[in-house]
Amino acid sequence: MTQSTTPGVLLEVREASRSFGHVRALDSVSLTIAENEFFALLGPSGCGKTTLLRSIAGFEHPDSGAILLGGRDLLALPPNKRPVNLMFQSYALFPHLSVASNVAYGLKREKLPKAEVTQRVAEVLDTVGLQTMADRRPAQLSGGQRQRVALARAIVKRPRLLLLDEPLSALDRKVRAEMQLELKRLQHEVGITFVVVTHDQEEAMSMADRIAVLAEGRVQQVASPLELYRHPANLFVADFIGTSNLLAGPSDRERLMVRPEDARLVTPGEGTLSGTVLDTQFQGGTSTVAVEVSTLAKPFLVCEPGATAAVRGTEVGLVWDHSVVVGEGLA
Amino acid sequence: MPSRTAGRAAGRAAGRRTGLGWLWLPLGLCALFLYLPILVLVAMSFNGGGSAYRWDGFSFRWYAELARDSDLIEAVVTSLGIATGATAIATVLGTLLAVGLARHTRSKMLEAAAMAPAILPDLVLAIGLLAFFYMAGIPKSALTILLAHAAFGTAFVVAVVRARLAGSDAALEEASRDLGAGGFSTFVLVTLPSIAPAVVAGALLVFTLSLDEFVIAYFTAGPTTETLPITVYAMVRTGVTPEINALATVLVLISVTVVVVAARAVRRTEKS
Ligand SMILES: Nc1ncnc2c1ncn2[C@@H]1O[C@H](COP(=O)(O)OP(=O)(O)O)[C@@H](O)[C@H]1O
Ligand SMILES: [Mg+2]
Repeated sequence: MTQSTTPGVLLEVREASRSFGHVRALDSVSLTIAENEFFALLGPSGCGKTTLLRSIAGFEHPDSGAILLGGRDLLALPPNKRPVNLMFQSYALFPHLSVASNVAYGLKREKLPKAEVTQRVAEVLDTVGLQTMADRRPAQLSGGQRQRVALARAIVKRPRLLLLDEPLSALDRKVRAEMQLELKRLQHEVGITFVVVTHDQEEAMSMADRIAVLAEGRVQQVASPLELYRHPANLFVADFIGTSNLLAGPSDRERLMVRPEDARLVTPGEGTLSGTVLDTQFQGGTSTVAVEVSTLAKPFLVCEPGATAAVRGTEVGLVWDHSVVVGEGLA
Repeated sequence: MPSRTAGRAAGRAAGRRTGLGWLWLPLGLCALFLYLPILVLVAMSFNGGGSAYRWDGFSFRWYAELARDSDLIEAVVTSLGIATGATAIATVLGTLLAVGLARHTRSKMLEAAAMAPAILPDLVLAIGLLAFFYMAGIPKSALTILLAHAAFGTAFVVAVVRARLAGSDAALEEASRDLGAGGFSTFVLVTLPSIAPAVVAGALLVFTLSLDEFVIAYFTAGPTTETLPITVYAMVRTGVTPEINALATVLVLISVTVVVVAARAVRRTEKS
């Protein structure tokens, strides 16, 4: 039995790999997730996020590698014996049971006394704001309410780790923004470690303490949102997180990255680069100016506070305060 | 029931709006085509005369005859016994087989093999079973018919339940496991409720198929076992009397009752 000794580490994934035919869904993935962390798995569709989550929950089995929870080997346990709960992307609420019975389902499997089940169900429904919906069927709820039931059903079990597969993807924009805040509040309140899967970088950035960026089954970088944004490990991460201007780097295999808000417009001839203003966009608090530079394939974007003075078609110079060298290849 | 009348009125209004009201005509003709023979059959069971074709005034005479016909009653009892046993076996095996096929394999071969007895001509199955029972040294009796009916009934239950499972979400069963339920609890608490209507439908199908199955029963019956279709066949060969009509009417009544009760039961499980 392998023993993880690092204090504060809850989950440890060691070189987990999983192939489906020729597709390498997970390619030697290693990660550690700390107690009480809000952790996000971020990457484009098909990069292996769900496969990793399902491996932790027990519905997939890695071909090789190990997954440890608090030092204990998880892979030896069937899904119903793992102190981990998964919130399914489709919510997977039991259609023939009421909201309260859906939430009580997991507690009844633990053979808890009836009174305790009733009390904990009432408490958790209160936490997610569904106390008046206890007797409804899932079919009688809105998308946002269903999502809360799925969440309540998982957290009422008080798992050591809660896995959420694209928890907000089925909701419309406005509800999604609300739920991002709500999920963060809940995670604080219940004190459970959350692992959220998402393909939406803004969502990951706004919720997570730390993010693992995945591509083609491999971990590209694990870091805080700020670190990912300021110091992306490679071109893939730089491109996937926020917007970036990519210029020729010091070598063939490297590029120079400049974030739009680190760049400024100056009079022509004074800048590091020069070009023509292609377009300006006013976004309220900020404006984005797109500058066509003859040596670049894509327009150079500059983010300025307030309304911009730039005029379409005029010549401008470009300077920046901060730039990062990023490698081209995937990890 | 005010809501139901309102629904009907709304339906009529919708028919007028969409211009599809004329569809009532073909619907009516179809219903007539399907149910007129049954209506005639029921009417003639109350015939006072001895012909099944010529009306001779109203009477319960043939029902009295039926009640005294011990051979026929014995055949009914035999057939009901066989149908009940075959239904029980086929429903349990067929449901488990369908769940296994839907959730634990991707083999199209296994699936085809499980459903083949439902598609094979009865005659093929009958000859095959006859040979099998002979070679296995099992004497033919009511029990061999029951086993034969259970065999093809299983295939029908698999077909009906498998179709229902194809439309249901495997994530529900995973969610149940995730919440701490073992495989058996998950089957009873999640899988079964979601396929219950299909299981009941499959059971009804097997029951009615078994009740009037002739070819396989004829081949696998022992020398003294007489199922209802075999007995009726023998009776009809010596001339049709309204007693057959009376018998058929009783069977229609039983079938309708069973179907209505089953439909109610399904609706109740879906609600609770
Ligand atoms: N059960 C499976 N059978 C075959 N291929 C699969 C299976 N599950 C996932 N894959 C493949 O593995 C890759 C990763 O899938 P997934 O983990 O679902 O990605 P994500 O959740 O990041 O979109 C995809 O190419 C997908 O097609
Ligand atoms: Mg996914």
